[in-house]
Amino acid sequence: MFGRITNMLIKEFIQLWRDKWGRFRLIAPPVIQLLLFGYAATFEVYHVPTAVLDLDRTQESRELVARFTSSNRLNIVRRAQTQDEIDAVIDRSDAAVALVIHAGFANLLRKGETAPLQVLVDGTNSNTALIALGYINTIAARFSQDYAADLAQRTLGIRGMTELIQVTIEQRPWYNPDFNGRWFFVPGVIATITLVMVVNLTAFAVVREREVGTLEQIMVSPIRPAEFILGKTVPFFVVGMGIAGLVTIVGILWFQIPFVGNPLVFVFGTMIYLLSLLALGLLISTVCATQQQAFATNFFVVNPLFTLSGFSFPISSMPDVLQWLTYINPLRYFLVVIRGTFLKGIGVGILWPDLLAMAAIAAVLLAISILRFRKSLE
Amino acid sequence: MKIRRLKAIAVKEILQIWRDPRSLMIALLMPFTQMFLLGYGVTLDLKHIPVCTFDREASQNSQALLKHFEASSYFAIVRNVRTYPALTAAIDRADCKIAIVIPPDFSERLNDSGSSSVQAILDATDDNTANIAFGYALAVVSGYAAEVALDALSRQGHQFQQIQPMTVQSRVWFNEDLESRNFIIPGVVAVIMALIGAQLTSLTISREWERGTMELLISTPVKPSEVMIGKLGPYLVLGWIDAAFCLMLAALWFEVPFRGTILTLFVTTTLFLIVVLGIGYLLSVLIRSQIGASQIALLLTMLPTTLLSGYVFPIDQMPMAIQDITYLVYSRYYVTIIKAIFLKGADIPALAAPILFLLVYATAVMVLAARAFRKSLD
Repeated sequence: MFGRITNMLIKEFIQLWRDKWGRFRLIAPPVIQLLLFGYAATFEVYHVPTAVLDLDRTQESRELVARFTSSNRLNIVRRAQTQDEIDAVIDRSDAAVALVIHAGFANLLRKGETAPLQVLVDGTNSNTALIALGYINTIAARFSQDYAADLAQRTLGIRGMTELIQVTIEQRPWYNPDFNGRWFFVPGVIATITLVMVVNLTAFAVVREREVGTLEQIMVSPIRPAEFILGKTVPFFVVGMGIAGLVTIVGILWFQIPFVGNPLVFVFGTMIYLLSLLALGLLISTVCATQQQAFATNFFVVNPLFTLSGFSFPISSMPDVLQWLTYINPLRYFLVVIRGTFLKGIGVGILWPDLLAMAAIAAVLLAISILRFRKSLE
Repeated sequence: MKIRRLKAIAVKEILQIWRDPRSLMIALLMPFTQMFLLGYGVTLDLKHIPVCTFDREASQNSQALLKHFEASSYFAIVRNVRTYPALTAAIDRADCKIAIVIPPDFSERLNDSGSSSVQAILDATDDNTANIAFGYALAVVSGYAAEVALDALSRQGHQFQQIQPMTVQSRVWFNEDLESRNFIIPGVVAVIMALIGAQLTSLTISREWERGTMELLISTPVKPSEVMIGKLGPYLVLGWIDAAFCLMLAALWFEVPFRGTILTLFVTTTLFLIVVLGIGYLLSVLIRSQIGASQIALLLTMLPTTLLSGYVFPIDQMPMAIQDITYLVYSRYYVTIIKAIFLKGADIPALAAPILFLLVYATAVMVLAARAFRKSLD
């Protein structure tokens, strides 16, 4: 039995490693993708292009504009003279945000009435717009507060309301003190690249034999279904570990992502994750007759796995039905494991439910594909 | 170029599509499943952020503050912990994203000096969520502080009617309610179209090679350009059907406002389909094995389209080098175009730049594909 499996392993490795082009396809894409996507995936918003129209031209309005100018979140790209100019700037997407201070702004402030600051926002990218509005509101609130304190001191003779009663909230960001988006996304990209590559490789492995006609040759050989599955998975397991290891090392060294956890836990988690991916790939390959079908199924399955995993979109914000669907997604669990071991340094004591879930997914999918494969033999 | 030969190739390709009902079914089901999964799953709106509380004082004041958190729709209090280790465990296990800690001397300091503070412990592994959650927490605490301050002032006999000298009046253009759905769904359409397109054509020629039918095709008098157009034609029709499904779902089911014209949409979508199908075809000409072609097609479409097209991650926030690379990602132009047509009602002149890029892309891909095919004939 071992002889048979060894022979098959050798055949598979030769097939994977035979030509230069094949080797290139295994090594270059994951690394290039990691470098590209590690930089691309971020929700941080800086230097929002902003236009300003100050129709009041008073000390107060200039003070307010100065506060916006000094923020590195906004970047004043245009000082407009008329409302039409502002409208055109937003329309052409030259600026994402415009601040308009109408004439009489300072008068209202001095009289103790509420003075409006008008903000125009291009909502085409609602996330950026929301975040930019958040910054603007914070800056405006601080201006407002300072002015109120000033006013209270002048009119009521007290030392400012803000000094009278003050409740503040201090932030203690754990695991990622600088709110670095890369720390969140690079481990996610590592997990995703592994998913895309390994599922595709495995899915094609059996289908190709069937389509090219070499499956019949294998069938007439004394090899057993379980041995065949083993011979098909072990090489891809090794290749998958290679890919995962490569992108992890590049991720840590190039992007300087800290790894505070136990490497053994990470390796163990990666192995279980790979098993679930291999099982998924095998299942796809047992239900497809041609490589075209396998490819279509891949796209069909992998894209939702990637989107509904918590990679970038919070699972807790999804509708309930989709949240339930994420429970059968191995990537969902591995993201917890990889981010947990990289950034939080948590161990098996906390991660066991996720590891168990991935193992269960792997076992179920593997069992189904062996059953299906046996059936197709009879 | 002869119409008769062109027709023969097209008929052969249609037969091939027809005889593989599974692939056809996937191609036609893809828009529905993916639109529903992605349309509902891709959301960046944060609601009900899980929060833990650690009230070390348990006084009237601290309870009043926590009531404010309870009342906020942004937060959902999932647990009240009593010890510090319990809090650490809750954050580690990701049971909560944020923990509010009220110190034992909260009221004492508030009464003595008028200023007091609480702590927000953030799970900053997900920096974006942590940042937004802290923003909401800040707003909740400010609300509480304003209430306490007004209370104190009125007890002192001051009539302080107005607490905000300045308000921010924001007007959002193009996506008035800042619904992330309105900006994401058009992008989802682009992503699905890119995936379907690549999946449809990237194996067409490599399949002929692997099955040995290529020699037959070569021995006929058919010209490379005839093969290309004959093979792409049927897939363009399939692409149109898929695009129509996706766009109708976007406008009618997800109710994304559609402000443009059908004509603009048709012209740009057709252009994009030609690029996408052409790229797939080029790959299948260049790479003779189906597994290789699929691997590269996956690599060029799935992750670049989702991460580098500006569909959710804003391009202007990426490093300059990566921004330059995004010009190569053809989906980027269609994402821009389709968002502008839906939300801004843009017409063809307004979209001249991205349309031009797509035209250049389409021409280049066609010429390259015809050339490469000619080479592989000898």
